[in-house]
Amino acid sequence: MNDKKEFKELLTQDAKSGKLGRRDFMRFAVAAGMTIPLASGLWTSDVAAATPNKGGKFRVGVHDMNTSDTHDPGTYQSVGQIQIAHTHRSYLTEITPENGLGPDMADSWSASPDAKVWTFELNKNATFHNGKKFTSADAIASLNHHRGEKSTSAAKALLAAVTDIKAKGDHTIVIELNQGSADLPWFMTDYHLVMIPAKADGSADWESGIGAGPYEITSHKPGIGTSYKRHEGWHREGAYFDEIEMVGLNDPNARQTALITGDVDAITSVDLKTAALLGRNPNIVVENVPSGSAITLPMFCDVAPFDNVDVRLALKYAVDRQDLVDKIMFGTATVGNDYHVSAGMPYAPTDIPQRPYDPDKAKFHLKKAGMSNLEVNLSAADSILPGAVDMCVLYSEHAKKAGIQINAIREANDGYWSDVWLKKPWCFVKWGARPTPDQMFTLAYKDDAPWNESHWQNKRFNELLLMAKAELDEKLRAEQYREMCQLASDDGGTVIPFFANFVYARSKKVQHGANLAASWELDGGRGYHRWWFA
Amino acid sequence: MGDILSIIAKRLGLGLITLLVISIIIFFAVELLPGDIAQAVLGQGATEDNLAALRAELGLDRAAPVRYFEWLGNAVTGDFGNSLVSKTSVAEAIGTRFANTLFLATYAAVIAVPVAIFLGVLVALFRNSVFDRVANVVTLTSISSPEFFLGYILILFLAVKGGMFPAIAKIDDGMTLIDKLDRTFLPALTMVLVVVAHMMRMTRASIINLLASPYVEMARLKGVPAWKVIVKHTLPNAWAPVINVVALNLAYLITGVVLVEVVFVYPGIGQLLVDAVTKRDFPVVQACCLIFAATFILLNLAADVGSILTNPRLRHPK
Repeated sequence: MNDKKEFKELLTQDAKSGKLGRRDFMRFAVAAGMTIPLASGLWTSDVAAATPNKGGKFRVGVHDMNTSDTHDPGTYQSVGQIQIAHTHRSYLTEITPENGLGPDMADSWSASPDAKVWTFELNKNATFHNGKKFTSADAIASLNHHRGEKSTSAAKALLAAVTDIKAKGDHTIVIELNQGSADLPWFMTDYHLVMIPAKADGSADWESGIGAGPYEITSHKPGIGTSYKRHEGWHREGAYFDEIEMVGLNDPNARQTALITGDVDAITSVDLKTAALLGRNPNIVVENVPSGSAITLPMFCDVAPFDNVDVRLALKYAVDRQDLVDKIMFGTATVGNDYHVSAGMPYAPTDIPQRPYDPDKAKFHLKKAGMSNLEVNLSAADSILPGAVDMCVLYSEHAKKAGIQINAIREANDGYWSDVWLKKPWCFVKWGARPTPDQMFTLAYKDDAPWNESHWQNKRFNELLLMAKAELDEKLRAEQYREMCQLASDDGGTVIPFFANFVYARSKKVQHGANLAASWELDGGRGYHRWWFA
Repeated sequence: MGDILSIIAKRLGLGLITLLVISIIIFFAVELLPGDIAQAVLGQGATEDNLAALRAELGLDRAAPVRYFEWLGNAVTGDFGNSLVSKTSVAEAIGTRFANTLFLATYAAVIAVPVAIFLGVLVALFRNSVFDRVANVVTLTSISSPEFFLGYILILFLAVKGGMFPAIAKIDDGMTLIDKLDRTFLPALTMVLVVVAHMMRMTRASIINLLASPYVEMARLKGVPAWKVIVKHTLPNAWAPVINVVALNLAYLITGVVLVEVVFVYPGIGQLLVDAVTKRDFPVVQACCLIFAATFILLNLAADVGSILTNPRLRHPK
C-alpha cells in the first residue's frame, strides 16, 4: 500500500515538473494498478492544478483585525494590517516563496563598495490604482513618511542610518547612509515600507488607501473586513483571483468553523491544540511553515551563576528540545540550536551540529564549573506564548536528570515586558521574525544594544558583526555569520529551544506553488496574488 | 395624563444629569488605565521619539481637565469628535455598528418576549406539573451557561453538523432582510436562550402570587375556566413587575452581547467598545458608554411609564 502511495507521489512530481506528459503519466499510473478514471482524476486534481487558473473570489478569515486599524503604514502592527498591506500595496523588494530576496516595485539595486550608497532602479510599468505612474517621487515620499523629526512611524529606527534619499530621473532613487549596510534591500521588505502615492507637497498620501499592489480596495470596514478587486495594471505575474474578501475572524473557533462550513477558503493562525483535528477533514489542508520567530531564554552573562560559560552550556545540554516541540507546540515548531538565525533566514549556517539533549554532558560541564548541583529560577508568563509556563516546567523535568533544579516561576501577564524582561536574570521571551541575521544580532546580541537581553559581551562576535554589516562579498559574509552563530551557540547566554511555526489552513480548492515564504502567514502575506483556485 | 408627562420630563432631566456624571467617570477611568493611546498604537515599535511626536499630534500633551471640557463643549453641540486612532468621525465609526446591534437586539426581543410571557403563563397554569419542571430546568440551564458556550453548542449542532444555518453572522448593507435574518439566526437564538428564563420566571411568579388573592378565588367560585382566570383576571395585575424585567432584559440585549458578537463575528457595537478601550481611544469609548447608559435610562423610564399605564391605581395616586 505504501509503495503504491510513494509511486503515485513520484509520478505526480515528475508530471508536475514536466518530465512526464499526460499520456505517459496515464500509462505508468495504470501499470501501477490504478484504474483509468482514477489516474485521469489524479492528473486533473494534482498535476494540472499546478498551473495557475485565473478567476474566483478568494475569501480569507484573518485574525487580529481591529476597529482601530488604519492605512497609516507608520502604525502597521497587527496581523490584519500586515495582510491588508501586502494585498493593496507593494514594496520595493519582496521575500520570495524560497525565502530569497526578489524584485517588486524595484527591478534591480546596487551598492557602492562601502555599502553606504544604494541605487534602486524602479519598475517603469508600475502604476497606482488610480492609474497614476509610479515614479521616484512616490518612492521617496513613501520612505520619508518613516523618517524625520515629525514622523510617528514605528519603522523610524529601521531607517535611522539613512541620511538622504534623492531622485535620479523618474525611475531611479539613491539612498545614502551614514554607515555601510549590506542589508538595505532586505530592509525594504519590512512591512511598514509600502509604496504610496506622493502628494504635491512631497508627503505621502496614505489616507486614500490607494496603492500599487495586486488588488484594489473596493470596501474597507476596519475590524470587520476588506474587499478587493484585481488591479488590472499590476506590473507583475500573478493576481489570479478576480476578487479578494478578507473577513476579520478574531475568535479561533469562529475561524475554524468558517473554514469547515465553507464560509471562507483560507484562515490565518490555527489553534495548535485542535490543528491535528482540523487536518483530519478531507477538504482542508493545514500548513505548518517554519518561521523566524524564536523563543529565547536569555541568561544574564554578568550575573552568577550564569557568568560561568560552563553553567550556560550545562543548561543548554539539559533541555530536550524535541520533547518541548512535541508536547508544548504540538509539533508545530522547529528545534533551535542556541543561535538566533532560523533556517529560512539568509546566511543561515547549515553545518553547525545540532546540540543534543545530553544530561551526562550537562553534568560534566557543571562539574567543570565546580558545582555538583545547581538551582536557578526561570520566569515566564502565558501571555507571551500559551503554554510558556508549562514549557519551563517540562524543561525543569529534563534538567533534573542532570542534577539541575530549575524553578519555573509564573509571572503576571500584565507588564511582563516592563517588569520581567531585561530585569530578571533568566526569563522566557518570544521574538517576532526579523529578515536578516544582522538585524537580529544588532537588536538583541550586540554588546551595547539596549535590548542585549543576555548581557553577552563577546569581542570576536562584535568585531564580526561590524565587519559583516557592510560586507558585499556574499561568500565571505556567510562565513562571518556562520562563525557568529557558532560563538552564540557555544559561548552566548541564550538558550533557544525552538522557532515557532506559522500554522494556517486552506481549503483543498486553493492551490499554491511548491514553497511558502516564512516571513508572514499565508505565504508571507502574499498568498493573495500567488495562490489560485484549482 | 398630565402627571405622566411631567414624570417623563422630570426623569429625562435626571437622565441628562446621570449622563453627565457618567461621562466624567468614563473620562477619568480611561485616563487611569495604564499606558496611553500613543503607546497602544505604536506597540513594540514605540520609542521616546515617535511617542512624543504622536502625543503632540493628538493633543495629548495638554492637561486632562482641559481635554475633557473641550470634548464636553463639542458634545453639547452634538459633535462627538473624531476617533483618535482612525481619525474618522465617531458618529461614522459607531453608526452602522449601533444599527447592527439594534437589529440583532430587536430580532432577539421579538422572539424572546412573546415566548417568555407565553411560557410564563403556561407554566403558571400547569404549575408543579412535569411541563412546568421541564420548562424551568431547560430555561434555567440555558441562563446559567455562559453565552459563548451556548453559541458554540448551537454552532456545532446547527451549523457544522446540521448545516442548517451559517456559523458566521457577517452581514452587510447589500443583503435582503430575509438573508440578514437567516445569517443572524444563531446569534439571535443564543440571546433568546439567555434572556427567556428571567422573564418567564418573573411572569410565572407574579401570576402565581396573584392566584392566591381573594378576587381570583371569587372568579374561580363563580366558575370561570382556569385559563381565563389567568389571562383576564391575573395577567393585567401582573404586568408591572413583568414589564420591569422585560426592560432590564432588553437593555441587556443591547449592552451585554460582546461575547455573542465575538463568537459569531457579528459587527456590533460591543466589539467596537472593546477595541476602543484597548487602544485608549477616548472619544469612541465615551460615545459607546453614553449610548449604553442612555439605553438603560430610556428603557427604565419606559418600564415605569408602562407599569403606570397598565395599573390605574398608580395613575391616580391618593
